[in-house]
Amino acid sequence: MMRMVTQLRSQVGYDLLAFRRNPAATFFTVVLPLIFLLLFTSIFGNEVLEGREGLRAATFCVPGILALAIVSATTVNLAMTTVTRREDGALKRVRGTPLPPWIFVFALATASLVITAVMTATMIAIGRVLFDVTLPLAGVPGLLITVLVAAVAFSAMGLALSVIIPSVEAAPAITNAVVLPVYFVSDVFIVTDSTPRLLRVAGDVFPVRYLTQALVRSFDPTTAGSPLPWDHWGVIVGWGVLGVVVVARRFRWSPWGS
Amino acid sequence: MVPPAIVVEDLRKSYGRADVLRGVDLRVEQGEIVAFLGPNGAGKTTTIEILEGFRAASSGRVEVLGTNPYKAPRAWREDIGIVLQSSRPPRTLTVRELLDMHGSYYRSPRSTADVLASIGLVEEAGQRIGRLSGGQQRRVDLELALIGDPRLVFLDEPTTGFDPTARREAWGMIAGLRDHGCTVFLTTHYLDEAQYLADNIAVISSGRIIARGTTDELAVQIQVGTTVSWLAEPEVVTGELRALLAQAGAEVGFSARRVDVHVGDQESVARVLHELTGAALVGGWSLSDLRVHRPTLEETYLALIEADTDTVNGVTR
Repeated sequence: MMRMVTQLRSQVGYDLLAFRRNPAATFFTVVLPLIFLLLFTSIFGNEVLEGREGLRAATFCVPGILALAIVSATTVNLAMTTVTRREDGALKRVRGTPLPPWIFVFALATASLVITAVMTATMIAIGRVLFDVTLPLAGVPGLLITVLVAAVAFSAMGLALSVIIPSVEAAPAITNAVVLPVYFVSDVFIVTDSTPRLLRVAGDVFPVRYLTQALVRSFDPTTAGSPLPWDHWGVIVGWGVLGVVVVARRFRWSPWGS
Repeated sequence: MVPPAIVVEDLRKSYGRADVLRGVDLRVEQGEIVAFLGPNGAGKTTTIEILEGFRAASSGRVEVLGTNPYKAPRAWREDIGIVLQSSRPPRTLTVRELLDMHGSYYRSPRSTADVLASIGLVEEAGQRIGRLSGGQQRRVDLELALIGDPRLVFLDEPTTGFDPTARREAWGMIAGLRDHGCTVFLTTHYLDEAQYLADNIAVISSGRIIARGTTDELAVQIQVGTTVSWLAEPEVVTGELRALLAQAGAEVGFSARRVDVHVGDQESVARVLHELTGAALVGGWSLSDLRVHRPTLEETYLALIEADTDTVNGVTR
């Protein structure tokens, strides 16, 4: 047992090290969400909203981009990393060692969780310092649970997504083709009350909007703390379970060609 | 008695309707280097992946270090080293980090310092893998399989794509494994590689072992025969000499100003030479540029594959 904990810890360390040294991964996961946050806040402005007790527009922008950052750190990051390692033969080689496979997969997800935590803290800090967006204390427990649940579920979805990606070259295209449209129907950039019905339905199906709304609820002082968004967590967990099932049944260790 | 490292009996593997392995038998003793030789698509990689525990057999008995690899516990892998056909070590870690990481997967790994010394990358230890030359990267890749100090090492086409110098280096490393008491099972389609490294060679074609033994045994086994030839005009072979040679089991042919005497049976070579030298002395002609040619492994191998393919085609037709 002790040995497994040690192995898990050291594997998470190597995964984070490899992530830090991978310029593409760090750009998409860390830099891009920050650019989006700055960009959208300057486009849509950050004035005090009428009749909302000094609440600023960015109060709704920060959680949206935070949702994007969480999906980037988990689904996007894991899908790309897993495909690259699989096609390089690294996964198959690990499979040939005494390391229990679940430790390897668990370590990947844990590393994503760490990156998610760092990104969440960064986004909240930037919101506070640059845009005067304060996370109400009452919203903190809900936010922590939302981030934790989402990080685990979206990690499982990322690993599941790697199953249908045939090559390193296809990884960015397929991953973005999946997540980008979902962002647009999930209140990440814009709130979709006036969008066509079909897009609203799409937003209802995919899990990202539930993440965005759960985060918004923690940031909005009128809803922070109560009630906790159980229904939103439920949908996210449901998608996570789907991811776990796909991973358990179909995860590929060998390069696609072999 | 030491139990064998690998025992395979009547191993079969089908994908849908395609029979990839059609009854393979193998036995590898401990400490042996065995080369598994065959053309592309013969079933080499399927076999080695079943032995490595990556694939399940459709039927047959497979035991590697006394265990069915597909159902083996993780601990079984402590004694197994695997070099994959095509794999690239992660480029962003340094050599030392990668070796440390792989060492952490085993209970009693070799020390990273030892490994660095043995692959001659002590000075490059702090460099990222991506900055190493292709040859150095492949050396790291080979060494990753050995970091757990395995008793049995699998190498799937270990030198494919190497330049001649890198191949020689890799051969040195593989041969060195035997000195450590390691058993080595390697697949290759390079004949010289099998010849240089292996104590025993098993040839696979169309999913069956068609020959097995040392280089010399293989040559005997398929009776490619020996050719005795010399420079001469056809007239020197009289009817009398032809009859004598036929009695010795030899057949006479002519090519490019040479007489070729094909001897099917190794045992008859001495008698054929005796008859020839006798006839030459009596007839007063010289056996100029006399050559006794035994088949190289390459010729043996090609003859084997050709013969097998003919049989298979004959059956299907």
